[in-house]
Amino acid sequence: MTQGNRLSGGQIDRNTTLNFKFDNRSYTAHPGDTLASALLANNVRLIGRSFKYHRPRGLLTAGSEEPNGIVELRTGNRQEPNTRATTIEMFDGLEARSQNRWPSLKFDALAINDRFSNFLTAGFYYKTFMWPAAFWEKLYEPMIRRAAGLGSLSMQEDPDEYDKGFRHCDLLIIGAGPAGLMAALTAGRAGADVILADEDFALGGRLNSESFALNDGTAADWAAQAVAELSALPNVRLMPRTTVIGAFDHGIYGAVERTGDHLASLPAGKPRQILWRIYTKRSLLCAGATERPIAFENNDRPGIMLASALRTYANRFATTAAQRVAVFTNNDDGHRTAADLHAKGVKIAAVIDVRPDAPINHDYEVLRGAQVSDTKGRLGLSFVEIALADGSTRVLECGALGVSGGWNPNVHLTCHQRGRPVWNDDLAAFVPGTDLPPGLSVAGAANGAFSTHGALRSGAESAMKALDLKGSLPDLPAAEDAPASQTPFWYVQGCSRAWLDQQNDVTVKDVKLSHQEGFRSVEHLKRYTTLGMATDQGKTSNMGGLAIMAELAGKSIPETGTTIFRPPYTPVPIATFAGRMKGKEFHPTRLTPSHYWAKERGAVFVEVGNWLRAQWFPLPGETHWRESVDREVRQTRASVGVCDCTTLGKIDVQGSDAAAFLNRIYCNGFAKLAVGKTRYGLMLREDGMVMDDGTAARLAEDHFVVTTTTANAVGVYRHMEFVRQCLFPDMDVQLISTTEAWAQYAVAGPNSRKLLQKIVDPEFDISNEGFPFMACGNITVCGGLRARLFRISFSGELAFEIAVPSRYGDALMRRLMAEGEEFNVVPYGTEALGVMRIEKGHAAGNELNGTTTALNLGMGRMVSKKKDSIGSTLSEREGLNEPDALMMVGIKPVSQTDKITAGGHLMNATGPVDAAHDQGYATSAAFSPALDCHIGLGLLKNGGARMGEKMRLVSPVTDLTVEVEIVSAHFVDPEGERLRA
Amino acid sequence: MIIDHPLLGPRDSSEFVYLGDASLIDRPDWQAENAAEAFYDYAYLRDNPAGEHRELWFHESGDRSWLVVTRNTMTHEISKVELARDVARAQGRSK
Amino acid sequence: MRYSGFKVIKEALTGHKGWKPAWRDPEPKAQYDVVVIGGGGHGLATAHYLAKVYGQRNVAVIEKGWIGGGNVGRNTTIIRSNYLLDGNEPFYEFSLKLWEGLEQDLNYNAMVSQRGIINLIHSDAQRDAFTRRGNAMILNGADAELLDAEQVRKEYPYLNFNDARFPIKGGLMQRRGGTVRHDAVAWGYARSADSHGVDIIQNCEVTGFRIEDGKCLGVETSKGFIGAGKVGCAVAGNSGRVMGMADIRLPIESHVLQAFVSEGLKPVLPGVITFGAGHFYVSQSDKGGLVFGGDIDGYNTYAQRGNLPVVEDVCEGGMALMPMIGRARLLRMWGGIMDMSMDGSPIIDRTPVEGLYFNGGWCYGGFKATPASGYCFAHLLARNEPHPTATAYRLDRFRTGRMIDEKGAGNQPNLH
Repeated sequence: MTQGNRLSGGQIDRNTTLNFKFDNRSYTAHPGDTLASALLANNVRLIGRSFKYHRPRGLLTAGSEEPNGIVELRTGNRQEPNTRATTIEMFDGLEARSQNRWPSLKFDALAINDRFSNFLTAGFYYKTFMWPAAFWEKLYEPMIRRAAGLGSLSMQEDPDEYDKGFRHCDLLIIGAGPAGLMAALTAGRAGADVILADEDFALGGRLNSESFALNDGTAADWAAQAVAELSALPNVRLMPRTTVIGAFDHGIYGAVERTGDHLASLPAGKPRQILWRIYTKRSLLCAGATERPIAFENNDRPGIMLASALRTYANRFATTAAQRVAVFTNNDDGHRTAADLHAKGVKIAAVIDVRPDAPINHDYEVLRGAQVSDTKGRLGLSFVEIALADGSTRVLECGALGVSGGWNPNVHLTCHQRGRPVWNDDLAAFVPGTDLPPGLSVAGAANGAFSTHGALRSGAESAMKALDLKGSLPDLPAAEDAPASQTPFWYVQGCSRAWLDQQNDVTVKDVKLSHQEGFRSVEHLKRYTTLGMATDQGKTSNMGGLAIMAELAGKSIPETGTTIFRPPYTPVPIATFAGRMKGKEFHPTRLTPSHYWAKERGAVFVEVGNWLRAQWFPLPGETHWRESVDREVRQTRASVGVCDCTTLGKIDVQGSDAAAFLNRIYCNGFAKLAVGKTRYGLMLREDGMVMDDGTAARLAEDHFVVTTTTANAVGVYRHMEFVRQCLFPDMDVQLISTTEAWAQYAVAGPNSRKLLQKIVDPEFDISNEGFPFMACGNITVCGGLRARLFRISFSGELAFEIAVPSRYGDALMRRLMAEGEEFNVVPYGTEALGVMRIEKGHAAGNELNGTTTALNLGMGRMVSKKKDSIGSTLSEREGLNEPDALMMVGIKPVSQTDKITAGGHLMNATGPVDAAHDQGYATSAAFSPALDCHIGLGLLKNGGARMGEKMRLVSPVTDLTVEVEIVSAHFVDPEGERLRA
Repeated sequence: MIIDHPLLGPRDSSEFVYLGDASLIDRPDWQAENAAEAFYDYAYLRDNPAGEHRELWFHESGDRSWLVVTRNTMTHEISKVELARDVARAQGRSK
Repeated sequence: MRYSGFKVIKEALTGHKGWKPAWRDPEPKAQYDVVVIGGGGHGLATAHYLAKVYGQRNVAVIEKGWIGGGNVGRNTTIIRSNYLLDGNEPFYEFSLKLWEGLEQDLNYNAMVSQRGIINLIHSDAQRDAFTRRGNAMILNGADAELLDAEQVRKEYPYLNFNDARFPIKGGLMQRRGGTVRHDAVAWGYARSADSHGVDIIQNCEVTGFRIEDGKCLGVETSKGFIGAGKVGCAVAGNSGRVMGMADIRLPIESHVLQAFVSEGLKPVLPGVITFGAGHFYVSQSDKGGLVFGGDIDGYNTYAQRGNLPVVEDVCEGGMALMPMIGRARLLRMWGGIMDMSMDGSPIIDRTPVEGLYFNGGWCYGGFKATPASGYCFAHLLARNEPHPTATAYRLDRFRTGRMIDEKGAGNQPNLH
């Protein structure tokens, strides 16, 4: 294919030809092109379809504000919907497709909607589809949903890498047009650490799009020189292809760098995009301005573009949308487009200027005081109809029409902290207000300095001010300094189907209807008509809608409202915000020191918070997890088992007030605990609910070791620090979390002592007399390795927990297994642990669910009334102490073979089964090898007084009802004889 | 947000965990006549101001200090950061 | 004016000249029987039910800005009644039933769409908890299904079943859950209330209460004093500020919840999915945008905006759950201010000031509650006693220890 619409000059590399495909047709382009410019060069005007009416759509702009030219880019699992052709940097082999059309872009069946547009006005769907009631979800909505949306996801996992990073600077400059470049030169030469970020791949902003001179050369030449100078400064970091997406609190800016989007394929290890958090005390917004369109009848045909975009395509990309072009403008800027295109040999059909005193030109016709009243052309512009000043009508043939209604400063980031822009009458535009994000200032066109000289000067001045630089302004290049006054002209009177939001198909008529129906605040207008809600977020449409609403309401624009903007400045892939945190890397994985030993043993692991714990250890031949778990329980209860309990939280508490401190932390008493003893501790939240439980072992007068549950380790430590620092700041007590420092193992079962005696160094007596139930102490094992031994039991068996420094955990586990062979030692996992604790009636996570009190758990008497402890006062509230309060009970099926379902609700043996008759619920359930049936724990109203009662355990969600008997929660060894053996 | 830690200098707020109003330092006397009412007020009622707010942050991914941060709930501007322990002592809390 | 398909066609053929404002724009009268503060979903629903169900038509709704500009205009549009506790489930089920009849009740299509909501299960303990919850729902007359991993995969094959850090082990499904076009809820209630004679007064800010001898006589506003037999406050998010003017401290903190929408995409998600191992929930709007959110930012704020860490956290959750959304672009983010209560449940009750009633503390569950909240608040205002489904939402429940704590997080609002 030839590039029939190529012009001379431009910033493209004609020495290299790139091939690309659009809708499966092959075209050529050059480096420096965007997909948009390449399509124009190849005379492709029709690129997409609008959302609602499926009207033909071409390009409106040449930048990131593009509402129309959006395509599906790339193929397979890299398919990228809704991508703006104007921001896609051309690469060889690029493939793109039009979207929201069927069966083809040129013939789109849903274009029929356009014929019915009179029925499909703003908000029509709120008024209909209500009858008959069931039809909404069965018929109407599915139809609407099928038609909805623009591009498609591939439905496959995104294969690319994304990354995140942090940067710091003295001054962040956002936008590298004349203001940004001059600011960067000023700040950079002064030695400040500067980051200059721009969304474009070519720095220079409008300077790359204009034909006028700076000093002796072209504007683009000056921009290139400035970039070269900045590149040589070690204190300046240039970040092209980087969009600053948001201004967040305290000088933190989010920025997205597109490191790989311009490449045909990513080199291995290179991220596609990087999310930067840039920290800076000072920042300067030099984001320029966006040209605004004028609304007129049928102003949405492909070929009708912003005049500045036509100029950009001609000057920078050396292409034109058509060989015969007209311009419709209310300001001098539109004339620049005509002049530049003319100079490049494009035929100018006419310049249609609404001003009676518009400047005239000798090279082409200027129609003063004229307006475009309509356009024609099926899939692209063919004719414009012009209402001339004398009232007559004229039709002009042209393939493109440049429209200029003036410029709007890009104030977006100034609004990100809810600041509002203010109206400037001279510019007839909103400019940045006074309540900017702290540290942010605005320069150049973004601040209303529209001339090139004004932008350069304001960039330099703002940089000096931001950095508090003394001295005179740097020399500025000589540049045009056209006056910036704008006379507003929003729409051609009498127009109706005149598009404001071209993607969402919101027309002047819709705004009028919105007003007529009382949706008059700007926010109502937006929400009712969907104006400005498309992928461009109304960058080219919001102002027009607001201006028309103001006129209808008979108010000024600032009285009518402002439009403010939210992050992100332009849309950001969800994957970019996630960075590397996906798949297995979603959260860090914590492994215990003997993890690899467990893996060798073939353990099945389970996620417990961020930990991986061995759930059970299947043996060859075992086909069901229950086989493994039952065996582990039986073997432990019969002889000895070892369980890795490293994940329990461990907190070292030291200081002369350590005991007094724990007395406040736990609801039960700790002051009198003897050295060498361990005590079960129940910890309440201040609201009286149980927070956590565990043990505290007193290793010395001023030294305790506290354990917490795995789940609450972090929260309990935080809470203890709160109590220490905020409530009792003068207590002599220090805390440190030692969870990672110690590997800890439960050694349980009647032979546990015998096994431990084989590794505990002989000078330590761990006989029942020398080391009785609840004893603790520092010992050594295996010939001098320091260890801590606790005689505590979660399983209900004679049991110990032994802790060694983490790096010895793996070795200790292997040693215990080896030494235990003679006892038929078994490693057991969290399932067997859970079974044994249910058999023993110990509350755990399912019971400590944040809504249970000590009373509920049968430990009400542990809450000491003789001392101050966290939660004791509020635990006395009446609502927590009612006679029918839930109490923990055991649950047994009446029929040995029935199953207990955790989460089933308890109902009386007879009577209705409904919420009003709910008596409680089963919290935990397991198969008990000891009892040879399923058992459960539960919370039952007045449970303590209902032992032996027959009830129904109902679980309608799993379709089960089981007859159960309420029993003591202590199924195994209720007297605790085994513990003390 | 950035919290200017009195010992460590400016730190990103994502290193911290937020608790709530710094009035949580003023835990009532458990033996007072009106202890039940005082604890209810302490644990549950909040001024919830639109403006300056003194609040507790815990430097969990840092030095584990509890801080009292004075921050504006309308603008998020932070005007003061203190060690909670110092604040607690200054308010007469001891053992 | 009645809305219907015929009316739409008729207007289309006659130049749309017959459409009237959806609600009037009246000046406030000197005195009303009931003044509702807050023209959000709850306030407007309250007015609708006061007028339509309880026959109270001398009612004004006063709104500081534009109606529907609070949380009803900035949420993730989800409706459901998948609650656990007795204090909550009947209320939310009542709400869901009201949603089911909303279009006909209001003659306004708010696009109630019951496409199902699934809460994913990633651990055995979670399965136990969701079993209990599913049972509670069914015992309260709601619908619930417990799905295993295969059943979840059948409905959502593109969730991460391959290399998930926290594998999906099942889900609790409520098929009657779904989404509603949120702005239309405010507009539909406003239009209906207006048609029953309620004055909706926008751009009218309450600056104080007139309270004499412990009785509330009306409100001072930017449009002058407005007398009222009863004043109902429904300004969740700003409850602390407004009730502070009556010297009432609340068990509430104001926090920001961010929400997000992607660019429009062809349909991928039929229903609502809640990730159980991270902070992420998502649905797809009728327009094609993925609407998603996660956790609150976590610090007290009245600014309607959040910060980057939570944006990243939410997107991380999204990518962990459904990595195929990676190349979809996040289009817009916004923040809504939540009344985070001390037990995660709302308050609909009288206050210590006679004639002043309070509705708030909705945390981030307020949208789905809109119909029942309005209904129950109307009931309370009209009858001076709580509606049977809202008897637990008492202001003094924290004093008496009768919290309704679904999450078990206790008296720390940012954990609910």
